[in-house]
Amino acid sequence: MFEAIVNGLYGLIAGFVSLHWSNPVMVGLGCLLLYLGIKKGIEPLLLVPIGFGCILVNIPLAGLMEEDGFLRTIYDAGIATELFPLFIFIGIGAMTDFGPLLENPRIFLLGAAGQFGIFLTLALALALGFSKLDAVAIGVIGACDGPTAIYVSSKYAPHLLSAVSVAAYSYMSLVPIIQPPIMKFLTTEEERKINMGAVKKTVSKTTKILFPLVVTVIGGLIAPKGLPLLGTIMLGNLMRESGVVSRLTKASENEIANIVTLLLGISIGATMDGRNFLTPQTLMVLCLGFVAICLDTVCGVMFGKLLKVLSGGKVNPLIGAAGISAYPMAARVAQREGQKYNPKNFLLMHAMGANTGGQVGSVMAAAVMLSVLKGMGVI
Amino acid sequence: MDNWTFGITMVVVGMGGTILTMWGLSLLMGLLKKAFPYKKEEEGK
Repeated sequence: MFEAIVNGLYGLIAGFVSLHWSNPVMVGLGCLLLYLGIKKGIEPLLLVPIGFGCILVNIPLAGLMEEDGFLRTIYDAGIATELFPLFIFIGIGAMTDFGPLLENPRIFLLGAAGQFGIFLTLALALALGFSKLDAVAIGVIGACDGPTAIYVSSKYAPHLLSAVSVAAYSYMSLVPIIQPPIMKFLTTEEERKINMGAVKKTVSKTTKILFPLVVTVIGGLIAPKGLPLLGTIMLGNLMRESGVVSRLTKASENEIANIVTLLLGISIGATMDGRNFLTPQTLMVLCLGFVAICLDTVCGVMFGKLLKVLSGGKVNPLIGAAGISAYPMAARVAQREGQKYNPKNFLLMHAMGANTGGQVGSVMAAAVMLSVLKGMGVI
Repeated sequence: MDNWTFGITMVVVGMGGTILTMWGLSLLMGLLKKAFPYKKEEEGK
């Protein structure tokens, strides 16, 4: 009987005994994510469930990520199948007004240039010794687009999913801090003062309805491996612009997006088991993610300068920084920086155009990357 | 395929493919805008 009591008591302290040194560290990291989300308001919709998922999975013996564990079930249902990021994309499409982009289609090019950091970081990761598919997952942090990063990394480098996701969302929220020094360094005061005038409303409803269809068909034919990403964001946008399925549009941008965000966040947090997360590799992924965002900004601004020259000085290069996606923070940063140097400058709608171009660009870059990988026989 | 070849191919074809695709889309959107011009009366709809 005494032995039974001792065994029973041991059951109550088994959790403490089984703690690995990394578990308390990760619980601390989870608390930090919760602090950033709750107290600082940084991406709270994601950081709160990610932080809590991180805490849950680092409590030993609960088996939440073992077979039949509830976090494993959610992960297998939505991340392993790639469904969660795709559902989020329908919501993003339903929320996004591509009007400012369609007003000036040249701005599509800024959305492309803002993705160059993906490919340059991929090359850098390869040079640092990462495998091909790991480098692809790391490079895609440069898409500045959480669902794209999750989609690609969960498919081709699931062991990096947590690091890539945390890097993608953290750096997206840090865009207002990361971008301004780069924008200032690469542009002259005269360039920052360029007034682009008001955006005129020149896009018909028919064009707005045809836009998602054209992008889906043309983009899908060029990069079929990325069609799930392209197709879902464009489906959401078609529902929005058609105006005839407002119930579906509202459900996509509210209920579906909210439920999936919760499940996505907690699933990502659940991949942050200290034994796998606290490695030098994670640190390198975080560093490379930062480099990717910086390179995106550099390429976007430099392409903005090129457009300025080609347009005879009518384009303010600052809006190039908004081509990185990270919607809508990057557009707001361009607006704020422009107004610092010319208070009469209203770049917001132009920057929104570049920013939505960046959204299409990030999805297109990922789609192109996957199709090139398929073409080379890597996947 | 060695990492060097893979990296260079991804940079050249990836960046080139992305910008060409986006350039093509910008041309198509320009054409769509011309084919279906904006009319002021749409505002009321």
